[in-house]
Parts: sequence; C-alpha cells; structure tokens
Amino acid sequence: MTGPLSIFDRPNAYIGKSVPRPDAARLLVGRGQFVDDQQLPRMVHAAFVRSPHAHARIVSIDGAQAATMQGVVAVYDGSDMADHCEPWVGTLTHMQGLRSPPQYPLALDVVRWQGEPVAMVVATSRALAEDACGLIDVDYELLPEACNVEAALDRDAAVIHPEFGNNLAWERIVDSGDVDAAFARNDVTIVERTFRFNRHTGVTLEPRSSVVDFNPADETMTYWYAGQAPHMMQAILSKHLGLAEENIRLIANDVGGSFGIKIHTYGDDIATAVAARILARPVKFIADRNESFLTDIHARDHRIHGRMAVARDGEIAALEIDDLTGIGPYSMYPRTSAIECNQVLNLTGAPYAIQNYRARGQVVFQNKNLMSQYRAVGHPVAMAVAEGLLEDAALAIGLGSVDIRKRNLIRDDAYPVTSAAGMKFDDLSHCRTLDKLLDIMGHDVLREEHAKLRSSGIHRGIGIASIVEVTNPSPLFYGVGGASIAAQDGATVRLDAAGAIHVSASITEQGQGTNTIIAQIAADMFGVEIDRVKVTTGDTAHVPYGGGTWASRGAGIGGEAVLQAATALRGQVLEVAGTILQCAPDRLDILSGSIVDVKTAAQRMTLRELGRIVYFRGNELPPDVKPELIATRHYRVTDFPFVFTNGAMAAEVELDPETGFVKLLGFWVVEDCGRVINPQLVDEQIRGGVVQGIGGAFYEECIYSSNGQLLNASMADYLVPMAAEMPDIVVAHVETPTKTSVLGAKGAGEAGTGGAPAALLNAVNDALRAFDTSISEMPMTPERLLKALGVV
Amino acid sequence: MKAAEFDYAKPRTVDEALAILASHEGEVRPIAGGQSLMPMMNFRLAQPDMLMDLNALEELQGIRDEGGFIIIGAMTRYRELECSELIAAHIPLICAALPHIAHAAIRNRGTIGGSIALADPAAEMPALMLALEATITVVSSRGVRRILADEFFLGLYETALADDEIITEIHVPRSKAPAHFAFCELARRHGDYAIVGIAITAQEIMPMRGLRVALFSVSDRPVRAVAIEQALENTSVGDAGAMKLAVQAIGSMAFQDDLNATDKTKLHLVGVLLKRALTELCT
Repeated sequence: MTGPLSIFDRPNAYIGKSVPRPDAARLLVGRGQFVDDQQLPRMVHAAFVRSPHAHARIVSIDGAQAATMQGVVAVYDGSDMADHCEPWVGTLTHMQGLRSPPQYPLALDVVRWQGEPVAMVVATSRALAEDACGLIDVDYELLPEACNVEAALDRDAAVIHPEFGNNLAWERIVDSGDVDAAFARNDVTIVERTFRFNRHTGVTLEPRSSVVDFNPADETMTYWYAGQAPHMMQAILSKHLGLAEENIRLIANDVGGSFGIKIHTYGDDIATAVAARILARPVKFIADRNESFLTDIHARDHRIHGRMAVARDGEIAALEIDDLTGIGPYSMYPRTSAIECNQVLNLTGAPYAIQNYRARGQVVFQNKNLMSQYRAVGHPVAMAVAEGLLEDAALAIGLGSVDIRKRNLIRDDAYPVTSAAGMKFDDLSHCRTLDKLLDIMGHDVLREEHAKLRSSGIHRGIGIASIVEVTNPSPLFYGVGGASIAAQDGATVRLDAAGAIHVSASITEQGQGTNTIIAQIAADMFGVEIDRVKVTTGDTAHVPYGGGTWASRGAGIGGEAVLQAATALRGQVLEVAGTILQCAPDRLDILSGSIVDVKTAAQRMTLRELGRIVYFRGNELPPDVKPELIATRHYRVTDFPFVFTNGAMAAEVELDPETGFVKLLGFWVVEDCGRVINPQLVDEQIRGGVVQGIGGAFYEECIYSSNGQLLNASMADYLVPMAAEMPDIVVAHVETPTKTSVLGAKGAGEAGTGGAPAALLNAVNDALRAFDTSISEMPMTPERLLKALGVV
Repeated sequence: MKAAEFDYAKPRTVDEALAILASHEGEVRPIAGGQSLMPMMNFRLAQPDMLMDLNALEELQGIRDEGGFIIIGAMTRYRELECSELIAAHIPLICAALPHIAHAAIRNRGTIGGSIALADPAAEMPALMLALEATITVVSSRGVRRILADEFFLGLYETALADDEIITEIHVPRSKAPAHFAFCELARRHGDYAIVGIAITAQEIMPMRGLRVALFSVSDRPVRAVAIEQALENTSVGDAGAMKLAVQAIGSMAFQDDLNATDKTKLHLVGVLLKRALTELCT
C-alpha cells in the first residue's frame, strides 16, 4: 500500500475483515427471539376472514354465531375498525398527481382484491379463531373486475374507484434532449421490443408478525414487530390510532428476512393493534403462508415498450420507454406504489452516457393484491430493458456485446455526472468493473467454447449487464414528500464500568448482518475487541431516532453514525485518560481495550481501570472534570439525493431447445459498494440478491386467473429458487469509497436482485440466437421459451 | 392455517384399524406419512372427523420376496425403498424414480401406500405401479381385495379404495428383465411435481416387447399409454415409422392444463420424454 495510513489501517482493525456474526450461534441453537416467540400472559390470537373475490360489494356480514363460540373474545368488521382508526392514504406530495383513496384496516362496503381482510376474530387460540372465521357469513354482490394491467385504462374497463373516473393512479413523463431528432437521424439503427415483467413477491422465512399489547393505565402500546422501520411504524400507529407517539414502543428483536415486504402498512397488522387497544390485552397475529401470498406486497407487474437508436459506431443516440405498471387497488402506505415506476423511469439506461431520453410511466389500479417496494425497487425492470435493447442494438449493427457497452458506459474519470433522467452520479467505476468481470469470467474463452458447442447441438449463452443501484437515500426520497420516514440515523456508544462498550443504533437487523457491522465499526473506531461490544437495535425505547434498514442504507448511513459516535467517545475517553495519566490526550490511543502510548503502544491503563475510577471513585478526579463516557451522533446524506453504486454481472446458461429448460451454469458479479466493511457479509448479500434475481427471471410468479384469483398461493405452487438449481456465484469487488462519508460505504443490499435478471435475459437470448428468436417476458418459464421457439 | 378439530386414533393392529373404519360415524382419514394430508388439513381443504394413524401397524411394514413377487408393505417409507437391496436388485425402476420424489426430509416420512391411496396425478409412485404391473392389496372388515394398478386409479384423487378399506401391501411381479426400464421427468426445480413424467418397463428391448408405458402429470390420474405401447411393440429404438405412430398416439390422448403448462405443451413434452426414455431403455 502506498500513501499515508488512514484511520482504517490501525492495528487490530475490524473494518474490511470477514468477522463472523456474533449472533449466529444464538440463532443456530434456536434461541432467537422472533415475534412468534413472544408468549404474554392473557394473550389472544387473531385470524381474518378474507375476500374470496377480486371485486365485490359487501351486502352483509353476519358474525353472530362466531361471536358466541367458546373461546372467541371478539369479532370485528370494517366499520368496527373504522371507529377506532383513521384511514390512511398512500400518496406523497412530491409524487405529483399520485392519487389513492382512503384505506381502512378491514374492507368497508367494497372488497377490491382477493385476500383483502373483511372481518377479524380474536380468540384464545389461532385454531379457534380460524374455526370462528368459518362461521362468519359474508354476503357479497359481485362487481366487474379490472385485473389485466394492459386493459385497466381501456374505456370499457371497470373503474375500481368511481370517484376517480378511471384507473390511472399516477403518470410521469421524462423528456430530456431531443429524442425525436435523434430517432430521425439517418445514421441510426432503431431497435424496439415489448417487455413483460410479471408479478412476484418476496418470500420471507418469517412471515409478517405482530404481537401488540396495550396498557390502559398509562395509555401505552407495545408492538413486537417483524419489520424494518420501527420509528416509521411508531409514527403511523400514533397518527391513525390517536395515541401519543412517545406512548408507543416498537420492538424488533430477531427478524427473519424482510426484503421490503414488511416495511409497509397492512390492514391486518393495524387491526391487531386496534384490537389490542380495545381489549386491553395482548393480541398476536402471525400471517400464514397463504395469507402471505395473498396480502404481502407483490412486486413488478410491468409492461414496457422500449426503443433505442444507435449510430453505426455503437453510440446510443436515443432511448425511449413507455412503462405501464399495475399496483393493485390502492397505493401502498406510506411509501406509495409509484416509487417502483419512478425508479424505472429514473434508472433505465443509467449506466450509459445517453443525452436523449424520453420515458412515460403510467401506474394503474387493478383488482389484484397491492404492488409496492420489494428488494431492488424498479431496478431489475430498468436494467433488463436497457440491457436487452442494447443487446438488440449490438446485434443489429454487428457490434459485440462488450464493445457496445464500452462505447457507451460513462467513463470512470467523468464524474460527477448528471444523467438524462436527472440522477446525480459520483464515484462510480463502470469501466473498471466491466473489465474485471470479463477477466474473472474468462469471457473470451467462454465465447469460443460456446461457438464450438453450438455446432454440436449444445446451446449455451452468455449475458452481460452493467448496473447502477440506488443506495443511502437522502431526505429527498420520502421525507420531502410528507412521510414520517427518517433519512438520518443515529448511534449511541457508551463505555461501561468493566471496559466494554454498548452501541444502540437506529438501523435494524433483518438477517443481513447489520448488528455485526455495527460491532465491527464500533470496535474498530473506539479500540476494543469485538467481543467487548454489545449491540442493541430495533427497540424505539432504547435506540436513537432513525429510519431503519431499507433501500441499502444500513451500512452507509447507520454505519457512518456508529463511526462518528465511536470516534467521539474515543475522544472523550482519551480526554479523561489524559487527566488521570497527566498527559496530553493526543499522546494516547485506545487499543484492544487499553489506553496506550500513541507512539510506543505501551499500555498506560486498561479501560476497566478508567471505568472504575470514573464510575466508582470520582473523588480521584479533579472537581472540574465531568466525564461523559457516552456519545451520540446522527448522520444523513446531504450532497446527493442518493449515493449510487455500480456493478457488472454476467450469466452463463444452457438451453434445452426441446424442453425449454434452462440450466444456470455460472454467474459472476463485480460490485463497487465503496468501502467493504465485511467481505463475507457483502458477498452473502450479493449472492442472496442474485438468487432472488434468478427467482424473478426464471421461477417466481404470482399467477392470477383472469378474474383475479391467485392460483398458486402456496410453497408447492409458487416456485422460489432452490439451492439445487443455483449456479456458483463468483463475487469480486472494486472499491471506490463515497466521498459523502468518512466510512465511504455505499449500499450492497439490492445490486444482485437488480442486475441478475438483465444478465439472465441476455444470456437466454444469446442461447436462442441460433434459433433466430428471443424472449422478453419474465419469468422465462419452459413454456414461454417453447413458445418463443415456436415449438408450441 | 391450523387444522380444524379432529379425533385421533392409533390402532395397534390391522383388525383394530378395520373395526374403527367399520364402526366410526363420520369421515375417518387414515394417515401414513402425512406429507400430503397434513398440508391439506392445515389449509382446511381436508377436515376429517377422525384421523386414524397407521404408523403403529407393524403388519404394513417391510419388503419381502415371495412367490414370484416383491411384496412391499403399504407403510414402507420412501427412504426404506431407497435403502432396500431387494428393490435395487428386482425393481430398479423404483430406485431411478426415488431421487425425483421431493426431498430427503419428505422421503423419510412419506410412504408408498400413502402416495398410492392419495393418487395425486402428478406423483411418481402411482405411475410406477402402472408400469410395474403392480397389484394393490386392500382390506376391510368385509374381506381382502387385490386390485390391479390398471384398475385402481379412477380420477383426480379418486381410487378404487372404499371408505372402509386400507391398503396393506403392494405386489410387484418379479421381472425376468428388471433392468429394462426407463424413467424421465421434467420438473422446474429438483423435487417438484413434474410438468410431465414417464416410466417405461419392457420384457425385451431388441426389439421392444412387453412394453408398459405410464405417464404422470398429464391428466387427472396416472395414465397407462396403451396406444404408445402398441405402436412400439416389436419395433426397435430408432424406428422412425414406429416413433411417428407413437407420437400420433400421444396426440390422440386427452391431456389437461396445469399451472406449469398447457395441454399442448404437455403433449409436446411427452413426445420429447418418450424419445429420451426409449433411448435410456435401450442403452
């Protein structure tokens, strides 16, 4: 290494090392504390009657028989809930024109998707509550459905919210440069294609779960929560249940995955809180797998028409897309269901220097489950569209896949850059990541091998994608639009009397290793062994105020807050140590739990001694020395709306043209997420993300009938990607730290999911090229591939 | 997703079980490995009044070689079939199919009798019974019946088994040519129910004689493809004319759509699998 040593080069550093997760053993031996592990005295259980229809008027609900059943505590319908809960509206002021009607915990008058909660039973066991649900008689009058996104705006389509006149929820147009002139140039070749991205969902190991208790004596509510944003949920419960925010405590202990699914507001969860308040006793609701498929937000559901004009030398002269996306009957609260489409408009073509760009997005209501933010919001769609069109363009002008990318990628020395869609990019490395990708995958050798195999009837393909990922969002993401969603995060670090430090942070752990990197950063910056760091997250009673972990912001924003707080505490401790040791604090350092001489590293005193003096024998300190062995810092991104990361990915597949089956042979990722805090955790994030991307590309699909019935709401019929079909996923890094923070970490949580489908689409189409056909619909199922091949 | 309330009985002998079936009012569902029935109960698609647990019935255990048959107790688990030397030596077709049946944890519990009694049209074991010319022995307090597999599977989850009967054992005739078999299925993920699948046995392969061809996941029940057998009887693999007739025979069969494929796709895929299975049969 050249140049001066930085704070990251201190001895015994943890940042940059694959430190094992301190909480892994606890989870492995079954001592996790998930919401369903909560067993409280007097606790009762909720179950819901859900609409079997996609669109119907509720004529009557008869819960009388259920209410008298042994073990049933209460039966509620929509109007009972409405008496205790203000409805919510999933709009944000900066998403101009977005509209969505008020939504209640349980349906009022009309049901608008199959699975919408209609009535609630609270009973002494979940089984009894389900029995009672079976006794509730709901009389429906069927209404015409509008399910198909492509027909939702037709003049004769059923209108889901009559007060709106049609099913359009939001529309946005981006028009940058002179698109028409560029398409009209006589030296360009134009390619176009209609892509379809069908619905899928995030299947979390732990389902949505709520245990809520209410104490009428002091008007306090405690909510054991399985989500990602405890403070956001605190604000929502306060606003809609009319409780003081400070009287609501959210506790997220262990969370079994979320992927964006559990960050939203669901009627059944809110109804659980309302029931707890009415009954003044703890109520538990654990969504079962069927409920998860019917009501956990779905993702994607886009039909996009794209056109690209390329000059003879490969220059992208213009790009135009038209995105139509279905969001179900409401915009999800509080983050809305327009962000996915907005991201598609913002990010399509973002890795490339494109001057002329036009995009239209139309977000429409339909009688299906709600669609909203799931891991890599909008990214897989945006990346697959641009990369798919780029591949078409390369083929059309006879340029190689790599050459056309190199011709158009934004150069590594060009930053800062503002894209045609208005995105501000800095510290990206598209060219270096692509070069490294080609190197680690042995690109040229693979291509030669494929050409040889093709002549013997083996059809393999390679697909490449260059991507960006939105991470570390600033207040411009949600807060500016009026949502109580914090873009800043805080961390408190304190030294105890035994020389250990305790960190409480507002970012949250959902299984990705947040608590591990918090401990690493704190141990490293303060100067103790990592096993002397105790981390608390997820409990609003004990952590500073902050946003939580979503949008790939945990490490970049929360990590920086921990770094700043630990650094501040280190300064405060050295101040006290200087007084005790009668030397200047800048001659001292903290290493492995001891105060040492900064030059010789000779131990001067242990932290335990310092703690003993400060906490027990303050009489030994001068009266004017008032030690503060605790420090809190908050951090937000100020210079950019988002801190973008970039990466390059490649997939290798083998197609069986007789069956339409695709075998995944290899996958490679080169990711630049800035400073890598824990290489193993980052690689796990990338790999897990790629696997979810593979899911969307090949397996996962929420299949609806034409009248809005979800046909595969079980783990037997909804195909999540499984280990046996997964290829080896090789991950490498380029590290370009962001200048927006000392830590320099950007996000890494969503890149794999965002980029993998694009690479896989191109790989399959490469394999299909010998048959002079291609596919542009995901998931790429055997049947869709056989259709593309003209076999069926 | 909790099962509705039910009574539970665990008889120790077959006679005891039959007495329960004969005397209990309301629906009694025998439970073997529970790998299909328990999810159906938790979804409340099945709500029996009583669950009768067959796991203590020692008479339904074991695999033996007797009188020209391999006789498999109905409560034999997939895992026991996988580990059985008798099965490996005499019915290697079963060994070829087993790795495709779900996953190890499910094979540890699931039983051959349970699968046959359930008669899922996408399951492997019922189709194997057709290809192997198996006979299914069922008993009730009224007596014993031996039902040919060809006459056992009647429709979607519908069999010749009466409400008061249980399967006790399966007789598979010992073949002179146990190695003349082929098994192929197409499943999107390893262990899933197949989009389509095929099991073939033959007495001779040069040319092919005594063929039995069974298809699964194509219709409401496992299907014995007699028309394919006839088209290929006495022909050799690679006989284009015979293959054409066989594919025509497939075309005349009535297949049913499911979530993974239309009937048209299934017809195409059965053709592909037939070709591959015949190659496997004769190599």
